[in-house]
Amino acid sequence: MSVPTIAVEGLAFTYPDGTPALRSVALHIHPGERVALLGPNGAGKTTLILHLNGINLPQQGSVAVSGLALTRENVMEIRRRVGVVFQDPDDQLFMPTVRADVEFGPRNLGLEGSELDKRVQKALRALEVEDLTDRPPNHLSFGQKRRVAIAGVLAMEPEILILDEPTSNLDPASRRELATTLDGLDTTLLVVTHDLPFALEMCPRALVLDKGEVVASEPTADLLRDEAFLKKHRLELPYGFAVAD
Amino acid sequence: MAGAHVHALYRHGATRLHRLRPQTKIAAAFLFVFAVVATPREAVWAFAFYAVVVVGLAAWAELGFRFVAIRLVVIAPFILAALLFPFIAGGEKISVLGAELSRSGLWDMWNVVAKATLGLLTSIVLAGTTEIPTMLRGLDALRVPRVLTAIMGFMIRYLDVVLGEFSRMRVAMRSRAYEPTWFGHIRPYATSAGAIFVRSYERGERVYLAMAARGYDGHMPAGATDTAAASEWIAALSLPALAWLVTALAWWWL
Repeated sequence: MSVPTIAVEGLAFTYPDGTPALRSVALHIHPGERVALLGPNGAGKTTLILHLNGINLPQQGSVAVSGLALTRENVMEIRRRVGVVFQDPDDQLFMPTVRADVEFGPRNLGLEGSELDKRVQKALRALEVEDLTDRPPNHLSFGQKRRVAIAGVLAMEPEILILDEPTSNLDPASRRELATTLDGLDTTLLVVTHDLPFALEMCPRALVLDKGEVVASEPTADLLRDEAFLKKHRLELPYGFAVAD
Repeated sequence: MAGAHVHALYRHGATRLHRLRPQTKIAAAFLFVFAVVATPREAVWAFAFYAVVVVGLAAWAELGFRFVAIRLVVIAPFILAALLFPFIAGGEKISVLGAELSRSGLWDMWNVVAKATLGLLTSIVLAGTTEIPTMLRGLDALRVPRVLTAIMGFMIRYLDVVLGEFSRMRVAMRSRAYEPTWFGHIRPYATSAGAIFVRSYERGERVYLAMAARGYDGHMPAGATDTAAASEWIAALSLPALAWLVTALAWWWL
């Protein structure tokens, strides 16, 4: 078996006010996998993501990225390996132009000159936003902002790309186009989403997080067919939607 | 649509002035305004010369009369304040249309009005021909500390976001049948301003997280340095050089 890209064991985290967010989370994601992370609001999904790239450090348990254990000393290397795209692209796009924003991460990694240009071009091309290069982010549509935000993370060439609610606030056409683009990426993916059809389309396997624990790790289609399980964990398919056998 | 506010200072164009490297334009504008400020107020001819230069630049940049005139309005409060000087300053009085005005107050008024108007005109030409991201690049090239240019960049980037939030909040208020009429109704606005402050603070934290997630370690990465050719510097700085010559002459003739 290959070294997992992400290996989490017994991870627990309690917020300073005493609210437990994660209790003994265990999960593995292997290179090339596409995994959905599902769960109701308040399940601890965002807290978990913040642990995967070292924004939060484990209070208990461990996180390892391609065999490298997350510690205070190697936080920067972990962040290079794990790319996170947050939910609100306005939080993510803070530089004056699209190009400057996509360059931000690679520059932090010390890239410059033609190597930097190549990285940036590649990421912009992958997300099909090359024609927006010199635009200020505030002049983009929501869908464009989301693509540029993903490009900015992809330009760091992470070993795994984590997307937090990539389809929220997108119209159906933008959502479908984004799915096509993501499908074309050759990267290990962890998609955090409430959009179950999207999870089914993109990710062969799904993890369900509820009350700070991973309660399932199954093929997405099997999971979405189990009505009782979905109900128990406050997950719902859209009206009229059923997963074919 | 958010985005209009910040962009409103720039006039799209392809004139030589638009294409000039931003660092040379910023330096030239700065030095020119310095020359204007350093000119003795009695040298009225020198101010006439400066005015011809700046208006000439605005025309060359094809900014248009309306564009410039509307942006000049921000100076109105200063002019209004300056108009009081002749009435409140002491010293020798002269009679103008039956009113007793202070001679030095009149000179003070002229001094403020002339210099402020010329300074503002210069910055309108600079901003009108330089897009904001380009301007920030120019400041970087001029070795303005990265921390300062980064703060400016963030401010400009999020001004639109915050104003957008404020206008959405206002729409939401009005949709629930709140129609602000006069000053007494300012309370909900004040409350929403407070809410915006808190939201912006929280957004600041999220932006920081997003930066940290992309390897930010407390230092903004240096951008590519874009150097201007000597010929460009000479072309841009010839104008402030001329202005400084005029300033020197004005002092000499005083």
